[in-house]
Amino acid sequence: MRELTLDDLDDMVIGATLLGTGGGGDPYIARLMVRQAMGRFGAVKIVDPSELDPDGLVLTTAVIGAPTVIIEKPPAGTEFVACVKALAAHLGKEPVAIMPIEVGGMNTLIPLATAVEMGLPVIDADSMRRAFPQIEMTVFTLAGIPAAPMSVADEKGNVVVLQTISNQVAEKLARASVMQLGMANGISCYPMTVRQVAEHGIQGSMSYCVELGKRLNAVKRGEEGAFDEFLRFSGGRKYFSGKIIDVDRRTTAGFARGTVVLEDLSDSERIMRVEIQNEFLIAFEDGKPVITTPDLICFLDYETSDPITTETLAYGQRINVIGLPCAPEWHQPGMLELVGPKAFGYDVDFVSMEGATA
Amino acid sequence: MSTRLRIGIDVGGTNTDAVVVDDDGNVLSSTKTATTPDPSDGIRIALDQVIADVDRAHITQAMLGTTHPANAIIRRRDLDPIGILRLAAPASLAIRPGMAWPADLHDTVIGRAAILRGGFEYDGEEISPLDEDGVRAFARDCIGVVRAIAVSSAFAPATTDHEIRAAAIIDEVTGGQVAVSMSHQVGSLGLLERENATILNAALFGVARRVVDGLQTALTRHGLDVESYLTQNDGTLMTAEEAVRLPILTVGSGPTNSMRGACALAGLSNALVIDIGGTSADVGILVDGFPRESAAAVEVGGVRTNFRMPDLISIGLGGGTLVTESGSSVLVGPDSVGYLVVTEALVSGGRTLTLSDIAVRSGRLTGFGDASLAGGISDATVSGALAWVDEQITVLCDRMKASRASMPLIAVGGGSHLVPDRVNGVAEVIRPAHYAVANAFGAAIAEASGAVDRVYRYEALGRDACLDEAKQLAVDAAVRAGADPNGVRITSVAEVPMSYLPGQGCRVQVKAAGPLKG
Repeated sequence: MRELTLDDLDDMVIGATLLGTGGGGDPYIARLMVRQAMGRFGAVKIVDPSELDPDGLVLTTAVIGAPTVIIEKPPAGTEFVACVKALAAHLGKEPVAIMPIEVGGMNTLIPLATAVEMGLPVIDADSMRRAFPQIEMTVFTLAGIPAAPMSVADEKGNVVVLQTISNQVAEKLARASVMQLGMANGISCYPMTVRQVAEHGIQGSMSYCVELGKRLNAVKRGEEGAFDEFLRFSGGRKYFSGKIIDVDRRTTAGFARGTVVLEDLSDSERIMRVEIQNEFLIAFEDGKPVITTPDLICFLDYETSDPITTETLAYGQRINVIGLPCAPEWHQPGMLELVGPKAFGYDVDFVSMEGATA
Repeated sequence: MSTRLRIGIDVGGTNTDAVVVDDDGNVLSSTKTATTPDPSDGIRIALDQVIADVDRAHITQAMLGTTHPANAIIRRRDLDPIGILRLAAPASLAIRPGMAWPADLHDTVIGRAAILRGGFEYDGEEISPLDEDGVRAFARDCIGVVRAIAVSSAFAPATTDHEIRAAAIIDEVTGGQVAVSMSHQVGSLGLLERENATILNAALFGVARRVVDGLQTALTRHGLDVESYLTQNDGTLMTAEEAVRLPILTVGSGPTNSMRGACALAGLSNALVIDIGGTSADVGILVDGFPRESAAAVEVGGVRTNFRMPDLISIGLGGGTLVTESGSSVLVGPDSVGYLVVTEALVSGGRTLTLSDIAVRSGRLTGFGDASLAGGISDATVSGALAWVDEQITVLCDRMKASRASMPLIAVGGGSHLVPDRVNGVAEVIRPAHYAVANAFGAAIAEASGAVDRVYRYEALGRDACLDEAKQLAVDAAVRAGADPNGVRITSVAEVPMSYLPGQGCRVQVKAAGPLKG
């Protein structure tokens, strides 16, 4: 068990933005929530599964809704506590720890505020280690763990508990509930035991996020060798340095889709095109896919190395495009059907950053 | 004889500049004086000088660009204590007002704060009915403690009712003793950032009132009964009376006026602008007459707001930048003697080798100091330093340009002599007349504007109809702000689709601008 310091929190914020891979919601609001919650309830405790009773119940929490609504209607905090409590009541068992579903974007930090308010530790694991747009896009789905029973709560006291036949239906019903509950809600899903987390979860996600952020902050400070160390730690690679020459956005079926085109800073013949569905999903260089989901495509500001989100993309921005390999736990049967390029409707083969196709 | 004249005044950190321009943009007179501890004095002096030789009867308008409000925030001076009322509960309780503010600014500005029931959902329904009793109690509690109250409700940019009702209650309870700033007038989507901007806006009411009174007094002294305006962050105007209510919208106007002024002096609306002073060089880009805005949210005095400011890149390259000879190589910067170049440079009789000396020795700069004092600088040092300067300027311009297309580069500022006549990727280098008063000129030529920022659901009316409505609303707002209805044009349209929102929700931001009607 270790306590999260305020410095860790700052590193975690930038790490979470990077793992948002262009989406996942701005962690700024979540960071303020955690700071206020730590001020009221004390430090956040991070634990490994091995420190807990293997049969203990782990409950997740996350914000679900539309990022543009969340920035206008920030959380009360109570919606996350309420959905966790409702699910615990439904299961007739108290949780021993809180877990993030999505270490990437704002959902990295929301569970910290909830856990500290409930007096519970946060388990150092998750189910994505990046941002993805849908509830079923988890390693738990690959392991056959159901998202339901799950609960969705608002800040006013409304709670729904849902039972579903598949994780795909869970996604649909959760979205439908959210539409009636103000588009900025708490969700708790994938209830499981500590043993299941240890067997099927992505291990060490929170620590990874802090360590990644620490290294990116060193790059931002201009420390010597920091960029190489950042790539070494993450297994990442710089694919392109360019400026944005076109941004095309559209909303279809609820997703912010788009395409961004970059031109190499020194060789104007080299072009990179990146496809967006909330997150950056596929990067093409000269028409050939070079980074593909579930590997992470990250845009860093060419000057400041700040991670750039899809909402702030603009003509003329200068960007370093970085590819980070996805968590190794993703590499198992069913990955490509669930989160590969074809799962998002692209007729493109997965190009593994590990050098081999899965 | 129907010529109308405008006065443009710019109060900067160091200098207060003024110009008089006619309808065709000709500069009839200009002046530059030192900014004074009470900036009103500098405004008065500049005004005295600039209108001395022009026909006052033809002066119809005065435009002021000023750093007063920005400085008040940065220095935490002259700010009023403020009450903060957020209408969103039970939403938003996880983040209290002023949560991420620097402690000193928090202590100076934030007097009382409350989050009460009220505000709206994305679809226009109430989060909860407005807690009118709570607003009354808060207003009573604020009397004698704060000068103004900043009211922000969730989704106020779309639905203003609760803010307007709360403002009316505060007015009634305090008998008008406590002024009110409403967030929907100040900022766009993003409750916390808009609330921050609204608090700062309210805290600047006193500063703004003094600036506007100072301007009016100076104008009245000269018998000038003219319309007066302040310039906003985006390079357009608001009336002086409006500026008293919305001073926060002026805090970024300095660089905008400089860039717009430089471009207009050169007769262009699409160009790169480089402003080189004693210490640094800033490069920006104008597209259709307006600076390209930064993508990131801007902090004002350490507080996050949702304003956009001109996208600038700065590097340490100025007339006072140090040059050192190290063996066979030449090192330039990063240190600088800054404005002391007028006494410290070799050609000024000083002892420091600066880029100004290099410019004099190479012939790029004439008429500055005594050229013979630079005679001892070796050719290798001159060529080494100039190679560095040219490389830096080429890279800066290339980074700022949005495409391969060659663009003109306008060079302004006291150190602009350092810009070579030819820059790779730049069509031509232009050094406009009167560049020293580009800021004041930028203020004088500013236009009236209107803006719209709201969420549409394309599914209901279709995208084109929604965009047409937003454009019309922006045009109407510009005309209300004083623009000539025949001259208004749409200056920017941005659409940001809202993920997960039903009905193809899209945030639409439109700006319109046009010349003031006569």
